[in-house]
Amino acid sequence: MRYIPNSPEERADMLGLLGLSNAGELFRSIPNDVQLNRPLNVTDPMAENEVIAAMEAMAAKNTAATKPSFLGAGVYSHFSPTIVDHLIQRSEFFTSYTPYQPEISQGTLQYIFEFQTLVCQLTGMEVANASMYDGSTAMAEAYLMAQRVTRREKVIVAKSVHPEYREVATTYDQHGDSEIVEIDFDEATGRVVGLDALDDRTAALVVQSPNFFGCIEDLQSLADAAHAVGALFIVVVTEAISFGLLKPPGEFGADIVVGEGQSWGVPMSFGGPHLGLFATQDKFIRQMPGRLCGVAYDKNGNRGFVLTLSTREQHIRREKATSNICTNQGLIALAATIYMETMGKTGLQEVAEQNAQKAGYAKQQIAAVAGYSIPFSSPTFNEFVVRGPRPALEVLEKVRIENGIVGGLALSKYYGGHDNDILVCVTETMSKANIDAFVDAL
Amino acid sequence: MSIKKVTQHPTQNEGLIFERSQGGRVGYRLPKLDVPITEDILPAELRRDDDLEGVPEVSEVDVVRHFTRISTWNYSIDLGMYPLGSCTMKYNSRLNEKTARIGGFANLHPLAPEEESQGALELIYKLQEDLCEITGLPGISLQPAAGAQGEMTGVMLIRAFLDHRDGEASKDRRVMLIPESAHGTNPASAAMSGFKVKTIRATADGLTDMAHLRELCSEGGVAGLMLTNPNTCGIFETDIKEICETIHAAGGLVYMDGANMNALVGIARPGDMGVDVIHLNLHKTFSTPHGGGGPGCGPCLCSADLAPFLPTPKIEKDGERYHLNYDYPGSIGRVKAFYGNFGMMVRALSYIYTHGNDGLKEATEVAVLNARYVSNALKEAYDKPFESDCMHEAIFSHKNQSKKGVVTLDIAKRLIDYGFHPMTVYFPLVVEGAMLIEPTESVGRADLDAFIEAMIDIDREAQEDPQLVINAPHSTRIGRLDEATAARKPVLRWKPDMETLSTAA
Repeated sequence: MRYIPNSPEERADMLGLLGLSNAGELFRSIPNDVQLNRPLNVTDPMAENEVIAAMEAMAAKNTAATKPSFLGAGVYSHFSPTIVDHLIQRSEFFTSYTPYQPEISQGTLQYIFEFQTLVCQLTGMEVANASMYDGSTAMAEAYLMAQRVTRREKVIVAKSVHPEYREVATTYDQHGDSEIVEIDFDEATGRVVGLDALDDRTAALVVQSPNFFGCIEDLQSLADAAHAVGALFIVVVTEAISFGLLKPPGEFGADIVVGEGQSWGVPMSFGGPHLGLFATQDKFIRQMPGRLCGVAYDKNGNRGFVLTLSTREQHIRREKATSNICTNQGLIALAATIYMETMGKTGLQEVAEQNAQKAGYAKQQIAAVAGYSIPFSSPTFNEFVVRGPRPALEVLEKVRIENGIVGGLALSKYYGGHDNDILVCVTETMSKANIDAFVDAL
Repeated sequence: MSIKKVTQHPTQNEGLIFERSQGGRVGYRLPKLDVPITEDILPAELRRDDDLEGVPEVSEVDVVRHFTRISTWNYSIDLGMYPLGSCTMKYNSRLNEKTARIGGFANLHPLAPEEESQGALELIYKLQEDLCEITGLPGISLQPAAGAQGEMTGVMLIRAFLDHRDGEASKDRRVMLIPESAHGTNPASAAMSGFKVKTIRATADGLTDMAHLRELCSEGGVAGLMLTNPNTCGIFETDIKEICETIHAAGGLVYMDGANMNALVGIARPGDMGVDVIHLNLHKTFSTPHGGGGPGCGPCLCSADLAPFLPTPKIEKDGERYHLNYDYPGSIGRVKAFYGNFGMMVRALSYIYTHGNDGLKEATEVAVLNARYVSNALKEAYDKPFESDCMHEAIFSHKNQSKKGVVTLDIAKRLIDYGFHPMTVYFPLVVEGAMLIEPTESVGRADLDAFIEAMIDIDREAQEDPQLVINAPHSTRIGRLDEATAARKPVLRWKPDMETLSTAA
């Protein structure tokens, strides 16, 4: 086995030093009746080119990966500078562990510190952690944190928050005394309604903006409503590119911002690994889940970075920890950091503007097709719902088979009574020609 | 020996990117916008008006130098032995990086039509089959994003199963038994699922105290046991069958923390031991890179009895077609959006294909051999707290050195000067000043010998010149950092008025 340095001779010699005659004797403490005593029924060892061939054969069946696509819904196709994927493949980054030994982990710690800073800058928040698994689990952790902070149990969440995020949060929050109340959206605007559900037992109001339908919420009025009853205001953002253009949740008084950072240079990769963002206000730091990296000095006054405030975490607090989370998304946070820094101030603004312009163009063009309309009147960023004359599944099937275009998401996957609605996403990766071809195919 | 450092060396003094930023520098170019521009694409009150203040402006070269320089401040597996016990820092193959980046995988949207994602579903299905075979458990979900989440999923399965089996009476069964040596995530995950934790003592041999286990079971209300095997001292729980039977007789279920599966693959299977549910860490046993702390992938596997409660969707095969099945009404629900960390699954399956049946077993044998070799070689110099033979990791304490004022942390820091990453320190908690050494199969004998020699030298230093060890490391870019002040006055983000790289000359 080429990944194992010791030769059979070296192994025999080492076994001899231990007074053993064969490798099987290493396992004497395992009772024979629980030993397998047969070869595993998995493939015989494969050579490098055989592995590649087997993988490529499977990958080739993912025909959607090469087609123009208007799918969004929490995962987005964006351009990523070449250096992002090159730099994250440096051995020092991808083959290192959690930076528990700061003297030989400063590379990792420094980029985490930069990541935390960039997330604060983009969300308009005071403090961000080193990342969570993904947007959905970050939202689930935000529920739990709001319940800890307010000592209240009721969470009010908009139905216009990503349906899979809501499912995950419900899974996480099913065993306490929690009560989760889902509130509606206005069929005319696509924005949150039903704020009368807020009361003095409410721990948090949770909304997404741009929401699952792409609609930008009126965050100020929602923040005010949450704060009026002493609840925290949690804002979910699944499209991180929007931060380059939209006024950030922090400016509207959000208490916790969670989201998905996949758009920042991370491949879609069939849904993961992606990047959970978690940011809040300074006053809540000690209730935050996840790792935090902070500045520290050595005895000569040299600046460095360490993981800090770990008394919140499971390896110290065990069952009283703020979360069971142990890892962050280290390498993915690195990719996002390199992306944000390479794009920089102007790049993040320009790419956001391009998304808004291209989506705006597509929206106009589709609305002009006979039988099509835009059901929700709210402003949008790079995603929007279109209502067609026929069931969305039928339209998407036709476009896919006849025109080779993945045309978006049938809203009926998650929302009953919206059979003719398609959620369409247009990023900077779609050319005008792609958009026009899609419009023509409808 | 003291080395005169050149203090202005650029690669050692790379500041934060924010400190490098210069107005007007750019590191990207996008294609020109090719649609007609709409001036008021967004109402003014929704537009950001801070011009992204503070976000850096740098060129592509700045970014490449920045990250290349700071990367050199990291230790890594590719540089040498990384013997972190319980973390399984084995070689991360470049081949697996290559396969995960194949366009058909990397560029696939998770909501793409099923008929155009068959290859991804096939890959997940094949990995599921192999992991079921390796663990001897028939139910599986690859959805959990990391070990802690796989573990939480496992505990939730137990809860769902008991609620289903016992109905109302299930509420009287809320005790989770956890050995005091367990990973901190175990009790944290149990608490998240509404269980109360009772701690099981260990015997002098580092094994589960069967008498105490029986006593706790007789107190009633036992929902289950969370056990790591080999346990966190690196010792196989020889009584595993009896442990499982005792828990089952008490009406509970057994969850096994699969963190230490690198000692078992191809040799023994949790399913054959009586374990009901387990999580694996693909980033440990199946060598997907740790990436400086993630991403992981923490599949949860279980018995047929627990399978109806697994997260949905499940990936199933129907004839020649793979599909997502959402129709499991008893499911605990989703634990993550979409289907899990797919990119990690590609790497893990590539690992399994490369090793094959023989190679998987060979890796286990050498992992255990290497640890046993270290355990044997250091038992004179270091206190070995348990007589039992170790499996894939060797445990010691600082007892022999602490008399001189040298503690585990000092030994760890001194190892850095010898060119090794330290072992896991102060874990498990049952051994005072624990040092947990897991060489993995990826280390050759010469490197093991060098490590052993370093450890023996450090012991000698501790006896003869303790200050040398106490003040280590001496060779790194920065010394030990003042973590107490960092926690007391946390600075968690850059601000323009922050002090720059060095405050001292």
